[in-house]
Amino acid sequence: MANRDEHFVADYSNTEFAEIDAVRISEKPTNLYLDAWRDLRKRPMFYISGVLIIIVTVMALFPTLFTKVAPNENCYLDNSNGAPTGEHILGFTRQGCDIFSRIVHGTSTSLSVGIIVTLMTLFMGVFFGSLAGFFGKWVDAVLSRAGDIFFSIPYILAAVVIMSVFSDYRNVWVISAAIGIFAWPSTARVLRGEILRVKQADFVMASTAIGVSRLRILIRHVLPNSIAPVIAVTTISLAGAIVAEATLSFLGVGLPTSTMSWGNDISQAQADLRTSPQVLIWPSLALSITALAFIMMGEAIRDALDPKARAQR
Amino acid sequence: MTGYIVRRVLQALPVFFGTTLLIYFMVFAMPGDPIVALFGDKGVNPAIAAQLRHEYHLDQPFIMQYLIYIGGIFRGDFGTSFSGQPVGQILASTFPVTLRLALMAVVLEMIFGVAIGLIAGLRKGKFFDASSLVVSLLLISTPVFVIAFVSQFVFAIKLGWARPTVSGGANFQELILPAVVLATLGVAYIIRLTRSSVIETAGQDFVRTAYSKGLSSRRVTRVHILRNSLIPVVTYVSIDFGILLVGATVTEGIFNVPGVGRTLYQAIIRGEGPTVVSFVTVMVLIYLVVNLLTDLLYAVLDPRIRYGK
Repeated sequence: MANRDEHFVADYSNTEFAEIDAVRISEKPTNLYLDAWRDLRKRPMFYISGVLIIIVTVMALFPTLFTKVAPNENCYLDNSNGAPTGEHILGFTRQGCDIFSRIVHGTSTSLSVGIIVTLMTLFMGVFFGSLAGFFGKWVDAVLSRAGDIFFSIPYILAAVVIMSVFSDYRNVWVISAAIGIFAWPSTARVLRGEILRVKQADFVMASTAIGVSRLRILIRHVLPNSIAPVIAVTTISLAGAIVAEATLSFLGVGLPTSTMSWGNDISQAQADLRTSPQVLIWPSLALSITALAFIMMGEAIRDALDPKARAQR
Repeated sequence: MTGYIVRRVLQALPVFFGTTLLIYFMVFAMPGDPIVALFGDKGVNPAIAAQLRHEYHLDQPFIMQYLIYIGGIFRGDFGTSFSGQPVGQILASTFPVTLRLALMAVVLEMIFGVAIGLIAGLRKGKFFDASSLVVSLLLISTPVFVIAFVSQFVFAIKLGWARPTVSGGANFQELILPAVVLATLGVAYIIRLTRSSVIETAGQDFVRTAYSKGLSSRRVTRVHILRNSLIPVVTYVSIDFGILLVGATVTEGIFNVPGVGRTLYQAIIRGEGPTVVSFVTVMVLIYLVVNLLTDLLYAVLDPRIRYGK
């Protein structure tokens, strides 16, 4: 102990390291989703799409707030494809019904198909994607090939065949199932790829080392860290589902014509396209704007959740 | 490389059988009796009906029908439609039309998508970038049948620039309008892909090096930025080409194009089992081959990717 070397040690509190090491108690703890939320609130795209989505949702739940005109009453063939008058602000359909009222009352159909399909693809995609990605080996091989089977049939054609099989039971649930059953593989693929990446992280190995069960690791540690891209893809696919419903109705295998939906309105207006295009344009516009709102929301969420894209801006 | 291809082909086998079995089952489950439908308003003659059922193997159980059908495919026999025409013949007459249409659409979307995406990426945040973003979002969110109807109405009927529908010959001038409609969605995606890829490449060190050794900005853009940004675009385009080859049901229907998509749709509606299954089988084969080629193309374009071990 006698010839102990004397080392010069700078006073710790005077160096810049103190600043780096300091624990900022006043700052709230942050995580990916909090960061993303803060980032989202700076984006005009988020506000525009958010307002549109709220309007469409309210329109679906309470259509009578937006129009006093009943959609299917007082339809006179005298008014067939007629121009706007008085309280009929967008004019009349071929059957002489009010276009605007039919659009407002058709919102709930299109939106519910979108939501049911999205929930379905989300559940199936997350279930199969996480099993395939996390357990690997033969589970992955079987589930990935099963996904490929559904993925390699063009979904519109598959849905047309399914709707023909169930031609006597066409309702919102059946059409949603027909679209959803061929849409889940893309969600599963995104999640599987992300889980393959997250699985390699040190915290997974640490959890294994302290004896956490495999299932618990998957649910508590791997899934929350790999679900971010799925959220964005799912929001965008909601728009795809709404468009798919309209396409099927347009092809004549969608919902029965007695059901009010934008797809049916567009489909029925196509015969008079050359003489009165406005009957087709208005419901198409409603469809496009709704799809656009969900796509914009999905893109904003994706950019906000991606730290790389956030840094690039 | 050979090992990789063999493995991919082996992986494709269960997908091929699974897909054909699935579609065969769904068509099998479709309501309505096609043999009864053949008699139309006349009464059904039981003897002839039984003979027809035997000819089309409809008296066999489901799994036997499927095996007979798949066996035929491997001998090059795609079956016979209920109207008596060999399905192979229907395919041979419709596929070239769809191929022409798909090629035109892909060339269009490549040219416009890459050009607009490149300019938008180089002028990030400027007016051109913002407006191309708005236009591509609008194109993505509009259903293809609306785009088809509106362009048919505006360009063919009002302005008279193109023919509103396609005749049996389906020549270049007639196909240009449906090709433009088909290309619109692809253009939107390619603009966005090219844009983000260009922005990413332009921030790389080798681009700064190229500028600092005194290369003109035109050369840096062409050789260093554009070439390195095109890999995801090429992947997208080849997959899109596969999808287009499989037939654009809606667009072909609206423009009356005698291609794969419209024929298949009509076959489904009429309950033409053999035609539906054969078309879907060929489609799945095309899809699997295009996917494999895309992955191989990826390795050719990006030397860092090597398949094999």
